[in-house]
Order: sequence, then structure tokens, then C-alpha cells
Amino acid sequence: MQRFLVRRVLQAGVVLAGLSVVLFSLLVYTPGDPVELLVQSEPDVRPEDVAALRKYYGLDDPVYIRYFKWLRTLAGGDLGYSRTYRVPVIQIMGQRLGNTLLLVGTSFLIAFAVGVAVGIYSAMRQYSAADYGFTIVSFIGLAMPNFWQGIVMILLFAVWIPLFPAGGMITPGVARGWPLIVDRLWHLVLPASVLATSGMAAWTRYMRSSMLEVIRQDYVRTARAKGLAERRVINRHALRNALLPIITLIALSIPAVLNGAVLTETVFSWPGMGLLLFQAILGHDFNVAMAVLLFLAVATVLFNLMADIAYSFVDPRIRYG
Amino acid sequence: MALVDLADRRAAAAAIFAGQSYWQVAWHRFRRHRLALVGGSAALLLSAVAILAPLIAPYDPESISLTTRWKAPTVTHPFGTDELGRDVLARAMYAGRISLAVGYVSAIGVAASGAVAGVVAGYYGGLIDSGIMRLVDILLSLPTIPLYLIMSALIPGGGVDRIILIFMIFGWTGVSRLVRGQVLSLKEQDYVEAARALGASQGRIMLRHLLPNAMAPIIVATTLAVGGFILAESGLSYLGLGIQPPTPSWGNMLQRAQEYVWNAAWLAVFPGVLIFVTVLSFNFLGDGLRDALDPRLKI
Repeated sequence: MQRFLVRRVLQAGVVLAGLSVVLFSLLVYTPGDPVELLVQSEPDVRPEDVAALRKYYGLDDPVYIRYFKWLRTLAGGDLGYSRTYRVPVIQIMGQRLGNTLLLVGTSFLIAFAVGVAVGIYSAMRQYSAADYGFTIVSFIGLAMPNFWQGIVMILLFAVWIPLFPAGGMITPGVARGWPLIVDRLWHLVLPASVLATSGMAAWTRYMRSSMLEVIRQDYVRTARAKGLAERRVINRHALRNALLPIITLIALSIPAVLNGAVLTETVFSWPGMGLLLFQAILGHDFNVAMAVLLFLAVATVLFNLMADIAYSFVDPRIRYG
Repeated sequence: MALVDLADRRAAAAAIFAGQSYWQVAWHRFRRHRLALVGGSAALLLSAVAILAPLIAPYDPESISLTTRWKAPTVTHPFGTDELGRDVLARAMYAGRISLAVGYVSAIGVAASGAVAGVVAGYYGGLIDSGIMRLVDILLSLPTIPLYLIMSALIPGGGVDRIILIFMIFGWTGVSRLVRGQVLSLKEQDYVEAARALGASQGRIMLRHLLPNAMAPIIVATTLAVGGFILAESGLSYLGLGIQPPTPSWGNMLQRAQEYVWNAAWLAVFPGVLIFVTVLSFNFLGDGLRDALDPRLKI
């Protein structure tokens, strides 16, 4: 067990190191280094000053030296400076992260609760009309482009039946306290349900197949043979075991949700990291764009690591070499 | 239900006894998968329309007409017209050429390179294997949509080639993992040992003995990838970072749909429905192929 943990953590370290190389090479290819940008905004700068600045910032150093310098500043929490916002990138990220977490967290809760419930129901009635119906619905949920679903939801629930706002996160001038919370939730309904759709479909399918696998096990037959009520067999014996693999999938699913949030936030002008990324790319603000990519990639590595470790704890039958 | 199931199994068994090959048995199972048949037919139909677009499109997709702007769907323009008076049905047909081409070419390219990487990693093992698999881990931890967005900002141009290039650089990882897994167990089989004993070269073993036996996951993953890449392309083009207008793609036709939702909803509906139906068809098809080729596959 301990050996597995050490090996798995080391492996994550290797992946992180590799990631830093990949991301740095992308950064090197982004057009416009800081001094070039300065020259663009101040055309009167003397050439010798430009050369001095380039030397000062080490822009003409060999690539590997720049890489290690970049790593060092990164370790100090310095992600660079945003061209558009004229503040350190980390400051903007902080504000946006909270909004993204609110959206992603809400849609995750909806998707997980609905998906698991429907998955259990489908598995209990395998091959019934309801099971077929839910299977088709989950196929539909997985095939729908989420930005288009967003547009359709806006068309339905903001244009034709004006129940919800077509975008944004807040109504200007709303009072603090309860009105603010209600207003926030009201803005959250459409984007959260769009982002929840594919997740719901995925959880339904995972839960259904996990439940079907468990129901065929001997211990479930034993429980039934003991004469336990079906409800108790399902809740106590089958469901608990079927949920094991699902729990580790939670950590694995988070990167996918963050990924989907980019398009959803853009459609609904939800001021989170996804919208920040999109605007940064349009405005050629590559420090910001790379910082978002870096954040998401590191989060993915850490969540994968957590999933593996959690799985080895939850299910002691798993033994890695 | 049980009766059908039994008949199904008997027929499959009979087929094997009749000396039919693996592929014939798989075809037999596939034919009984209703959703897969529906998906396959829809995918064929959509592809045919895309190929024949120049012959069957009712209008020139790029001809601008100021007198017919903003027309809601009618008999003469079944999908309506857009802000420049262009026929949306004709544009959607031509857009299908682009979107489907991106899907097919990327999926096949990714399957080929992923299969090669997977077979090599699985067969040689050791340092080569860990090298390739760590690279796969690294690439898989990059979130796709943000990565694709940044790549399209870095690589100039707005054509089909750029999108396919981006998908190919990062998309081969999934297939290579699948194939490697298959090869790890295949290479311990007796027939591989026999081939080696007969003096077959390593290349021959990989190409003639390992790869053909790992075909099932490759076919399923490729089919599902067509839909996946169409979805990704539509997202990028919707954001204005994929296929650039005036070349239509289903995604870029939706680029301004959100503004028009208030007074020209048809512009937002049809391209989206087409993306959705296409992706759904390929997913049904892939699902059916998995059940027919190897139901134990977890893809």
C-alpha cells in the first residue's frame, strides 16, 4: 500500500514536470514578449533602452535558463501580469475562481443527485420501457453541444417565456443580503442546468452499469435468499457496493466539468475562469490564458491522484504492484 | 424479451458452427442492434448529403441577396435565410462537408497514430513504454477546450487543416492507451510465441499479429471520436477560433445566433440540430459496434 502511494505520488510529480515543459514551450511561442509590447505602446523608446530591458529581463537567455527562471517565479506564486487588466494575473484569477466554483459546484450537485437516482432506477428495471427511455435521454444529453443547448435554453426560457435572465451573474443595484442571494440563484438556473446535462447523462450510465454488476454478485443473492426485503437488499447490500467505484469517479469527473464550463460561461457571460480564458485569447492576453490552462492542468493531475489514492483506500481488494 | 435473447444466442452459436468468421458473427450481432442501425443509417445519409452538396443544394451557399434577408423558414427556403440573405439549408449542407470532414479525418488520423504508439509501447515495454505512457499522462491532463482555444490562437489560419492538426497533436492519447492495454495481454498469447519461434520479425509480429487482434477497440474508439471531434470543432468555431467564415461550418453558423435569438430564432436552431443529430448517430453507431465486436470493452 505504502509503496503504491509513493509510486503514484512520484508519477504525478513526473507528469507535473512534463506539463511545465509543455506549457513553457507554448508560452515561448505566444506572440509578443513584454518588451515588444512596451515598444508597441511607446514607439519612442530608444533601441539601446530596448536592448538593456531585454537583457534585464533575460529575454535573450538560452531557452533552458528562461525555463528555470520561469519555474522559480511560478513557485513564488507569480503568474505574470495581465495586459488587459493591468494587474497581476493571480489577482484576477482569484476573483473569477469563486464564480466558476459556484457554477461548477451547483451543476455537479444537480448532475450527481439526478444521475445516481436515475441510474439506480434504470438498473432495477433493466430493459423496461423506462430504462430504454432514460438510456436514450442520456445519449441525447451526451451528444448535445453544450453551447447550443445554452442558446436554446435562452431562446426558450429568456426570450419566449421570459422566466430567467439571458446571461450575467447579477442584476445591477440589487440590495445586499437575501435579495442578492436570490438574484444570484436566479441567474444560476440556466447555466447550471446546461452544464449539468452531460454530467447527468454520464452519471446515469455509470451508476446503471455499476449497479447491474453488483446485483449479479453472490452476496446479493445470499441477501435475497435470507428473505430480506427487496428494499433492504438494494439499499444495504447492493447500493453501498455499487457506489464504491462511483465515488472515485467524482474526482475524475471534475476536470471534465471545468472543461465544459468554458463554453457555458461564454454563452451566459458568467464571469468565471472560462469566460476569462476566452476574453484573454481574444485580447491576446496570453499570460492570463496560460495561467488558466496551467491551473486547470494542475487541478486535473491532483484530482487524478486523489481518485487513485481514494480508490485504493475505499476498495482494499485493489492491489497495485 | 427472454425468448428473443435466446433466439439471438442460438443464432449466433449457429453462425459460429457454420464456420463463419469473427467479422461475420459481429455483423450478425450488429444487424440486430436497432439503435446502431438507426445511427449508422443516419450517419450514412448525412455523409451522402455532405458529399453531394454541390449537386443537391438548392442555392449557392455564398450568394448574398439583400432582398431576401431574415426570411423565416418557408417552402422556398426550408431553413430560412440569414442576415445576408443566404439560404440556410444550402449553407448547412456545405457546412456538413466541413464538419464531417474534420470529424472523419481527425478520427482516422488519431486512430492510426494512437494505434502505432500503443502497439509499440505495449510490445516493447520497459523504457519505451513508460516514456510513451508518461507523455500520454501529460497530454491527457491538459483540459481539451482551453488547450484547443490557445492552440488556435497560436497557429495562424482558419481552415480545416489547422483544426485537424490541433486535434491530431493532442488526440491520439486515448486510442494509444486502449491499444497498449490490448497488446499487453495479446503478446503473452501462444500464437505470438509461435510466430516468434518461426522467426517472424518484430515488425511483422506487431503489424500482422498484434494490431489486427486489437482492431475491435480501435474501430469503436474511432467511431466515437468522429462525433467527439465534430463536437469540439463546433465549439471552437462557435467561439470564432475554428473554421473562419465565409466557409460555413455548423459551429460558425451559430457564432452570431445568440444575438439573433431575439428575432430570428431559426438561425440558432437548424445548425445545432444537425450537430446534435450527427454526434448522436455516431455515438449510437459506436455503441452498437462495441456490443457487436466486444461487449466487454469499456470505452
